[in-house]
Amino acid sequence: MLFRRNPQLNKHGELIHLLSIEGLPKAVLTQILDTAGTFLSVNDRDVKKVPLLRGKSVFNLFFENSTRTRTTFEIAAKRLSADVINLDIARSSTAKGESLLDTIANLSAMHADMFIVRHAESGAPYLIAQHVAPHVHVVNAGDGRHAHPTQGLLDMYTIRHFKKDFTQITVAIVGDIVHSRVARSDIHALTTLGVPEIRAVGPKTLVTGDLAAMGVRVCHSMEEGIRGADIIIMLRLQNERMSGAMLPSAGEFYKSYGLTPEKLALAKPDCIVMHPGPINRGVEIASEVADGSHSVILPQVTFGIAVRMAVMSTIAGNQA
Amino acid sequence: MLELDAEALYGELRQGVKGLWRDGAALVGIWSGGAWLAERLQKDLGLPGGEQGHGVISSTLHRDDFGSRGLAAGTDPTRLPFDIDGRHILLIDDVLYTGRTIRAVVNELFDFGRPASVTLAVLVDRGGRELPVGAAFAAARLVLPAAQRLSLARADGGGFHFSVSPMSPMNEKA
Repeated sequence: MLFRRNPQLNKHGELIHLLSIEGLPKAVLTQILDTAGTFLSVNDRDVKKVPLLRGKSVFNLFFENSTRTRTTFEIAAKRLSADVINLDIARSSTAKGESLLDTIANLSAMHADMFIVRHAESGAPYLIAQHVAPHVHVVNAGDGRHAHPTQGLLDMYTIRHFKKDFTQITVAIVGDIVHSRVARSDIHALTTLGVPEIRAVGPKTLVTGDLAAMGVRVCHSMEEGIRGADIIIMLRLQNERMSGAMLPSAGEFYKSYGLTPEKLALAKPDCIVMHPGPINRGVEIASEVADGSHSVILPQVTFGIAVRMAVMSTIAGNQA
Repeated sequence: MLELDAEALYGELRQGVKGLWRDGAALVGIWSGGAWLAERLQKDLGLPGGEQGHGVISSTLHRDDFGSRGLAAGTDPTRLPFDIDGRHILLIDDVLYTGRTIRAVVNELFDFGRPASVTLAVLVDRGGRELPVGAAFAAARLVLPAAQRLSLARADGGGFHFSVSPMSPMNEKA
């Protein structure tokens, strides 16, 4: 059966799954960011754990590898007192030929309450959300080129933390935008939260003209792209793009689009530099910048735990 | 129609809190009504730590109705600007009803350390307890029907008044 409304929301407009930032109202995004602020302060307590998901089982289903994202989801679920089950899915049933929905049906029979899904196919988390029981919740932890909504939300949390107001800033996203689910989620979130200027910066093969349809300004010149920016989001240069002849070489890319101290000087003096990680030093970002005073790459990781706690507790508390 | 003079009751609460105060104590107001009361008590009684010396505590992360009602939006997080260990905590709230909020905030408090004691003072104890919880001081004790919701409001100038409204399942909080 097809969903008649946004499958992420129940009939009261409350979030029951997090599949994509696209189509979520500003109020839902803002509420998650506010809730994340509460969870950030849990780190300051003697007991760094709250009982909201006590007795619930969270299954980490990573069909694609990602140590960092999986770990931060695991920490977030454990801080909420959930039981966390990590499945090495790539090496188990799927390898034996089991279909995605059969895997989900079996795990549901093990009383899963929430699935955290990373999958190489765009839309896989939607398919799962359509087939789970009403009390089961699904979080997209990255699907194909489509979306990585918790990364998008933690990026928004980071921006709000350092800049307070979304409506007065210029954000430059640099690198492989076309293949990046992070960039897509960021662009949707920034647009919904009212950022007046979003620039997509990179070579023509990785930043295509049709991105303008998303409301961003396409810049093939790095200098033009980051001049006067308040926020620079560097994306990881994925090595597989090099073999696809989309780029001449990593060295060429660094020369044109790598974020060096000289290029960073074109941005606002209080500009912050973000990166979803893992960073490739000397490929998309210079070490001096990654470790420099403008970099907020490590705070992003810390905020990511609080944001994932906020997402999981929000959806777990809403009924389908 | 029930008439409760919140300002007069506040005067009595102030006297009651004075009576309960001891060396090494700290005020902690339960968000939101109790936090307003604690803020004003802190100032009016000239308590140590200055005007911001009181704590604010939220029940959100320990509520027992999370499974049915979800996470409360727009709640201030707990803020305790002092060490909890070994301190006498004087909890302040506007209305004591089922006792479930008190159970939740006591759990919240213990996430920050081990207080020497926890004492509760409220403006109004409206009966209807569902847990073994009591207030050491209540400026008024009365019994209200379950269908009525009693909540404290604060005017821009800082003055308090009570509002009574029909209880709906979605706004039940006590």
